[in-house]
Amino acid sequence: MNIKILGTGCSKCTMLEKKVSEIVTNKSIEASIEKITDLQEIMKFGIMMTPGLVINDKVVSYGIIPKDSQIIQWLEEGN
Amino acid sequence: MKSPLEISHFENYKFYLPLIFLPFWLLLYIYLDSISNYFVYEILGMAKGIHITESIRFFIYEVPKVLLLLVLIVFVVGIIRSFFSPEKTRKVLEGKPLLIGNIMASGLGIVTPFCSCSAIPLFLGFVESGIPLGVTFSFLIAAPMINEIAVVLLFGLFGWKTALIYVSTGLVISIFSGWLIGKLKLEKYVADWVYQTKSGNIEIEGQIISFSERIETGYTAVREIVSKVWIYIVVGIGVGAAAHGYVPEDFMVSVMGKDAWYSVPLAVLIGIPLYSNAAGIIPVVQVLIEKGASLGTSLAFMMAVIGLSLPETIILKKVLKLPLIFIFIGIVASGIMTVGFLFNMIM
Repeated sequence: MNIKILGTGCSKCTMLEKKVSEIVTNKSIEASIEKITDLQEIMKFGIMMTPGLVINDKVVSYGIIPKDSQIIQWLEEGN
Repeated sequence: MKSPLEISHFENYKFYLPLIFLPFWLLLYIYLDSISNYFVYEILGMAKGIHITESIRFFIYEVPKVLLLLVLIVFVVGIIRSFFSPEKTRKVLEGKPLLIGNIMASGLGIVTPFCSCSAIPLFLGFVESGIPLGVTFSFLIAAPMINEIAVVLLFGLFGWKTALIYVSTGLVISIFSGWLIGKLKLEKYVADWVYQTKSGNIEIEGQIISFSERIETGYTAVREIVSKVWIYIVVGIGVGAAAHGYVPEDFMVSVMGKDAWYSVPLAVLIGIPLYSNAAGIIPVVQVLIEKGASLGTSLAFMMAVIGLSLPETIILKKVLKLPLIFIFIGIVASGIMTVGFLFNMIM
């Protein structure tokens, strides 16, 4: 599974990245986490609020830090 | 996993909690004046009419009042905002002609969730999907200037008329400034790479569906905003309370009064580089007004501090060339000054 965190470095973006990598480690999910900080790259996903969470090239959330249970659900669906 | 029963139980409680709290909120708000009087004069046993008593009474009354208003408004605005997103706003604004676009963009600027850190992605997202530059600017001017915290504080400390004046003049400034920027055809001053990239416009499913999740966003907004601004409110009102009893009534008349015409441009010039949020600046402005500053000058000062901040404008350098940044600051500052002069003249 391919996970991307979109964010230019705001505090929420770092929080989301930490959260996702924690969940991935705890649940031993096989996934690559990629952080995208380049603004033009981020714009290609069509979002205007960061952080964005992309699972298997699909934007699942933007502008918010989703709840843990929600992230776990997305990760399980994506696997 | 939660069982469905557990979830609905949990959601019910989240749903009814605000309804249970509302009567208490109302009672507390209505009786706050008597409660703080009782506390200061009876429990603390302080003598009426002397400076120190009045300062403490001011503080003990104003802080809970403003916090009460803040919690309620932020909660309601949080729920309203969950119906909006920059992505939806962009869709609405696409293909709108200049003036109508400016009016809609300014209105949407109030309700669309916005933080200064997302100003650039927002600018790119708007401009690259074909929304005119002037319409985009209307949004970018209205969004920070007319925020719920400013409205709450103005309502709490000055009354609904001042809050209304602030919102409506803010709207006029953002509509007109954006319209003017559109008319001046300044697209050549946008960084070259902006128009070369095409922003993706993939269909993003709405994130929020259920009403209980909207209430949840209300709670989150209260948590996030109140935890961030309460200290500014306490300090701001503290400064106000200290000045309340001690600084002479006409202290500001000569510097910030109606008759000092230069006070308006001066207030704007000082306000632009000052970087403060509404929560910190408005309680201080209240003292200025109490000590003889005129409403027009104070309004101009507040708008310059909240709506035009140098650090935030400098961030825009990534996407705008310098001339456009200066034109932008110039137009908005002139708009704010006009409002200041106008209110000094008619009030």
